[in-house]
Amino acid sequence: MSGVGTVKLKINGVEVTAYEGETILDAAKRAGIRIPTLCYLEGLSSYGSCRLCIVEIKGSPRLFPACTTPVSNGMEVITDSERLRKYRKMTIELLLSEKPHVCAVCVANGNCELQDLAREFGVDHLRVEREWTRQKIDLTHDFLVIDNNRCILCTRCVRVCDEIEGVHVLDIKARGKDSQIIIDMDDDWGSSKSCTSCRKCARVCPVGAIYVRDKPISETKDKNIAQFIISRRRR
Amino acid sequence: MKPEDILKIAEKEIERQKSYRFRINVCCSSGCLPFGALQVLKAFEDAIKEFGLQGECKVSRTGCVGTCSVGPVVLIEPGSYLYQNVTPENAREIVKNHIVSGRPVKELLYANEAFFRKQLRLVLRNAGKIDPLRIEDYIAAGGYSALIKCLTKMTPKEVIDEVIASGLRGRGGAGFPTGQKWNFVAREKNTPKYVVANLDEGDPGVFANRTLAEADPHAIIEGMTIAAYAVGAEKGYIYVRAEYPLAVQTLKEALKQAKSMNLIGNNILETQFSFDIELRLGAGAFVAGEETGILASIEGRRAMPRPRPPYPATSGLWGKPTLIQNVETLANVPLIILNGGSWFAKIGTPKCTGTKCFSLTGKVNNPGLIEVPMGITLREVVFEIGGGVPSGRRFKAVLVGGPSGGCLPESLLDLPIDYESLTKAGAIMGSGGIVVIDDESCMVDTAWFFTDFCVDESCGKCVPCRVGLLKMRNILEGIMGGEGRLEDLDILTELGEYVRDTSLCGLGQTAPNPVLTTLRYFKDEYIAHIVDKRCPAGKCFKTQKSVVEVL
Amino acid sequence: MSQIGKVSFATVWLSGCSGCHMSFLDQDERLIDLAEKINLVYSPLMDVKDFPDNVDVTIVEGAVGNEEQLNLLKKIRERTKILIAIGDCAVTGNVTALRNTLEKGSEEILQRAYIELADVNPLIPNDVPKLLRRACPLNEVVKVDYFIPGCPPSADLINYVLTEILAGRVPNMEGKAKYG
Repeated sequence: MSGVGTVKLKINGVEVTAYEGETILDAAKRAGIRIPTLCYLEGLSSYGSCRLCIVEIKGSPRLFPACTTPVSNGMEVITDSERLRKYRKMTIELLLSEKPHVCAVCVANGNCELQDLAREFGVDHLRVEREWTRQKIDLTHDFLVIDNNRCILCTRCVRVCDEIEGVHVLDIKARGKDSQIIIDMDDDWGSSKSCTSCRKCARVCPVGAIYVRDKPISETKDKNIAQFIISRRRR
Repeated sequence: MKPEDILKIAEKEIERQKSYRFRINVCCSSGCLPFGALQVLKAFEDAIKEFGLQGECKVSRTGCVGTCSVGPVVLIEPGSYLYQNVTPENAREIVKNHIVSGRPVKELLYANEAFFRKQLRLVLRNAGKIDPLRIEDYIAAGGYSALIKCLTKMTPKEVIDEVIASGLRGRGGAGFPTGQKWNFVAREKNTPKYVVANLDEGDPGVFANRTLAEADPHAIIEGMTIAAYAVGAEKGYIYVRAEYPLAVQTLKEALKQAKSMNLIGNNILETQFSFDIELRLGAGAFVAGEETGILASIEGRRAMPRPRPPYPATSGLWGKPTLIQNVETLANVPLIILNGGSWFAKIGTPKCTGTKCFSLTGKVNNPGLIEVPMGITLREVVFEIGGGVPSGRRFKAVLVGGPSGGCLPESLLDLPIDYESLTKAGAIMGSGGIVVIDDESCMVDTAWFFTDFCVDESCGKCVPCRVGLLKMRNILEGIMGGEGRLEDLDILTELGEYVRDTSLCGLGQTAPNPVLTTLRYFKDEYIAHIVDKRCPAGKCFKTQKSVVEVL
Repeated sequence: MSQIGKVSFATVWLSGCSGCHMSFLDQDERLIDLAEKINLVYSPLMDVKDFPDNVDVTIVEGAVGNEEQLNLLKKIRERTKILIAIGDCAVTGNVTALRNTLEKGSEEILQRAYIELADVNPLIPNDVPKLLRRACPLNEVVKVDYFIPGCPPSADLINYVLTEILAGRVPNMEGKAKYG
């Protein structure tokens, strides 16, 4: 990182020095300030879709996702406020209500980032009616399973497959509420000729949508998947 | 070709036009075509031949004059006689009486003069007056002289300064100062730079950009080329909806003509400046009109918006500096260059200069496409230009800004139309859609309709827009089906504010407007549905939806 | 019925597995402290036919699955000051509501249970309460005051929420509300 300029900004009133071009999330992390995230995964490109990492920036009425917004000199960032907590809670509530997330019968019970966030923010019930979707559950692969009824469309699997494994087997079809993760051209996973069965998708899935069959989920999940790449980038 | 050659073309064309005693302009844009405009055009040509008037009359196919509900319309110059609902049969009658005997056919003339009285046609200056498929017509009307002025007499900086002085703001909806945007792109060192003209007009009931492209494509091309000169771009894209076949065809032809005259392409008019324009067709997604969605689509990817910053001005198409402007914004530019920024700044209000095109539809006597100076009130638009609601019905609300606009009640009709006033009232300038709603319509149903549209068109990337809007729609359906509870209104408001404040792009940020404004101004209708189980307009409760339904 | 100075308290078991009641009992010795504050007036653990009037606190386990439960819940709401949904079935529908994802919902369930899996006399009974088209969490039917999620909620969490409510405080669920 030598040769890269630095900027000074304030996060929650604390002065922080950050590298030019890095995101608010990175700067906050280095300063020991935690911002909740969900679709973000270190090492993958930032997607900015879950809106959990939204922060306030002084002087703007808008809210900005910390994972994609670059720092700038003199910026004053607020990462926690009543409004932000309310909105983050609503995001979790909506994600829980979008699909029939039944933790009691989910493989990821106890190892789920959405479940953890619900607990952290005290989402003790849903004020909106839940959707009882009937999306595809693909059991055709030898050991990988995708249950779209648990998918929160964070696209970590799509990005890890494309950016780390380099095969881009997974992508999204349709749009809006009908969006769904697909294998190749919406084929059965078992018939995919491009999938290398590397399991990276299962390792990064924050919920129980993609998992390795017959394996305890605590052993197959791994948020530090791109660590070797991150450390190389830092050199 | 050199600048002088263009001026010569203008002179020659003006001479030619002077030789005609009459010009018969038959509107052949998308509004009039389905009603047989081409047959009318042919009938006029036949009649002119029949009476041997070929040397005195010129029959042209032109773009739209705005009175789309009474098409096909025919404009006869001199005198600006506008005939409505013309058929091939009465075309001959018009020629015989008006042209031959000099007696206009009164009963066929468009009578609502009020429709035009308060309008100011700058962007649509040539609409209905020139043949969009003849570049000579545009040049004779002063076209491309602004480009020539820029290329021969002005530096890029002077061009930008003129646009800044004009106070012009983006007509795509957000109203960002145009000159400032040009400055951002101009100061970027990274090359190549791009200019994108946004003609992905996806709002239901909105047709201003389409009309502009069909009536005066060269105004867009000229504005775009000037913008490219100012910011230093070498390539441009016009992104147009594939659902606008006539606009696509017209633009294609116009680009070909402009290229053949060296008005775009390499070394434009033998100067050092090169700029080429390519046409790109949208694949039908509403969100492709969002500025980062459009970029993804042009690059060949799914039209999914991405968070900003970085803004397209620094990192747009293929990571290069890109200027994105709505076509209406661009069509203003030649006028600003020719008449000066200070001339333009005098039109409209001090903060919102110039004019704005609106598609006026719904329960109104004179629907159509209008162009009015900024600062005009909604009342003038609805009741003077629009002629009010049809007799026997009562005005209830006006939806301003397309599907994600706001429903404003009668008490706000004296609101001046400008970006800030509309936003403050909960509406937006948006795409310039104005829908007049009368007492036959239920406001809950109206809010549902537009929310449902946005649910369908959400790209699904961010949670608030994908899930939040869906839940809002479901709650509205519950209320309309008799299942509503009073606490639903609190959740609706909370969801609306959440979606507005946290969504990734403009679609989600504005989509809750119909719900939030109807809750603000027409809460009594919601309460009637929930408490009295009654729809004041008699629309709802037709499909009973029940959660707790016994088998 | 209410003893002076004590809070009248009811527990109700709708469509659920009774696990939440088990977890309630798992409060163990803390039940003794609780018993000093409450007077149990209605519960699956007692033989009381009709839900009494003027109940202070009612905890309800299970989702609303049939017509009888629907009517009972409405009655409970009318007669209770504080209604608490206990466990994921009551809070979100949970396993009970998984039938909502079936194409034909309740019909498919009845077909499977009474026809396909019947050893003798395959017949859908008509003398049991009618199923609702969808199983619902309590708050889709009535107003619920507090929620204790979990499948089952831990005895600690139940105890915490009850203690807070009986002391007149609002429980803070941040960091505590765990589904599943």
